[in-house]
Amino acid sequence: MNIESVKFRLGKSSGFQILIYTLAFACVIPLLFILGYILEAGITKINWHFLVNIPKPVGESGGGIANALLGSVLIIAVASVIAIPIGIMAGIYLSENKKSRLAYWCRLSTDILQGVPSIVIGIVIYFWLVRPLGFSALAGSVALAIMMLPIIVRSTEETLKLLPDSLKEAGLALGLPFHRVIFKVILPVGVGGILSGVMLSIARITGETAPLLFTAFGNPYLSVNMTKPMQSLPLLIYNYATSPYTDWLNLAWGASVVLLLWVLFLNIFTKIITRKWKVQL
Amino acid sequence: MDTSVENGSITRSDIPLRVISSSPEAILKAKKRTRLSFRQIRTETIFKKTLMIMGLIMIILVLGILLTLIVQSLPSIKALGPSYLWGKVWNPVSDVYGAWPFLLGTLLTSFLALAISIPFSISVAIFLGEYHPQGWLPNLLKDTVELIAAVPSVIYGFWGLAVLVPIVRDLETHIGVEPVGVGIFSSSLILAIMIIPYAASLGRSMINMVPSHLKEAAYALGATRWEVIRSVILPYTKSGLFAGILLSLGRALGETMAVTMVIGNTSLIPKNIFSPGNTMASVIANEFTEADKPVYLSALIELGLVLFLVTVVINMIGKKIIDRVTND
Repeated sequence: MNIESVKFRLGKSSGFQILIYTLAFACVIPLLFILGYILEAGITKINWHFLVNIPKPVGESGGGIANALLGSVLIIAVASVIAIPIGIMAGIYLSENKKSRLAYWCRLSTDILQGVPSIVIGIVIYFWLVRPLGFSALAGSVALAIMMLPIIVRSTEETLKLLPDSLKEAGLALGLPFHRVIFKVILPVGVGGILSGVMLSIARITGETAPLLFTAFGNPYLSVNMTKPMQSLPLLIYNYATSPYTDWLNLAWGASVVLLLWVLFLNIFTKIITRKWKVQL
Repeated sequence: MDTSVENGSITRSDIPLRVISSSPEAILKAKKRTRLSFRQIRTETIFKKTLMIMGLIMIILVLGILLTLIVQSLPSIKALGPSYLWGKVWNPVSDVYGAWPFLLGTLLTSFLALAISIPFSISVAIFLGEYHPQGWLPNLLKDTVELIAAVPSVIYGFWGLAVLVPIVRDLETHIGVEPVGVGIFSSSLILAIMIIPYAASLGRSMINMVPSHLKEAAYALGATRWEVIRSVILPYTKSGLFAGILLSLGRALGETMAVTMVIGNTSLIPKNIFSPGNTMASVIANEFTEADKPVYLSALIELGLVLFLVTVVINMIGKKIIDRVTND
């Protein structure tokens, strides 16, 4: 073995190391560009009027995104009310029945649901709720709830699976009924993992546009009626971003900043929960 | 109670008798207690049933989605037959429906995006899994890469429309193709950014799982760092990395908003990777609410059905591979 070939191999090794370092850190650049650009373009559009007014018609400057903000909050709140109990209970079911056949199919369905493109969920909810009842914010909430479910179910199951069986057995041995063991022993211990799953699912659906296109539909006015069409932030961004009017584009930039900050906040919050409770997701 | 040992076995000579008092209050009390414990048992059964029903809901949801898609696309399946999938013309005005432009558009954007993103995501995986598993800088990189997945796709689309499309247009003028800016190339670039985290995070955990004695054996034989990565880590994790790439692909196929905003939305067959086109998801997003004829609507839903089946199959293969790798 001569010294030249060793040197060559070492050089090759460090060459690839540098290449991998470069490529790995290059991933961050587009994200920083996007965040920087959106913040720069949108932050100047945000002021008090922007947050409390509804969009003005084309040609009038000013106007705000109050209807979209309120709509997003309402739609997400209702979606959470639907999805959180179902998701957590299904998660408990999966962790309590590890081997049953129903649990196998349930787990498979959860995996499938996680991969379903959001637009397909939009189509299906269109036939379930919009055809009989008309475009409504509720239909949008149901569509988003279906997107939240698999994340909540999986995180609940994974969290509860890690808890020692002795915890549950101790409760049962004391004569506690099963549901009290779940509510008073198991859930309080696993609350960190479940909570971060819920937060993650909310963060995931906050930016979803595709399932709302054919369900909540969008509405240029302020509305709090869940059975009527409602605007939401991502819908507003999509509609106004593809329009040719400067005023509307400005609205879309401002709304993008609000949405981005909202989603980033949720994600960072989830990170903090995960670190604090030492959850493995 | 009094127990005694006779012939080596324990017998109870005096079993305490439970005396039930016959006074009316005592009977009432006993009845109440029985009712209470029955109620508790009933609550418990109901609770267990509820849990099971919640589990059933997940199955019903998936079956419901599949059934709805199939039933609603029946008119188009009946009217157009299987040739729908490779029909080259999509013209709802004259009732001609062929899905080939959209299938081609979806395949082109997804695989181009995959080809662009693989070197980056694998590099992130190797960096975080092998070179620097710990430390503040790797943690920062990990969090930032995960943040890529958190940004809403409509924001990617908006940014693409405002920033990326003009850049691509300049590029197209330079290399002498029709400078439209929007098109398959632009959407692939956006998609490539969006799908990096999926393969990267899975790849990282797979590379973390490589047993250290394998690596140490290679080092002891005099292998350099790169040779260890090349001939120990990558072969050991290749199915895991493949699964990560599959999950990325599933994400890319179903991605709607960002692609819809920058792909240009024409129903013509794309001539090259720079020409505008449409993917299955984007054509649904654009035309679903405009579809005025039953067959038109049904043809769009059939696209949704195809999309659903393809993403489900890809995701399932990915999950199966992950399960097999992590259980070994």
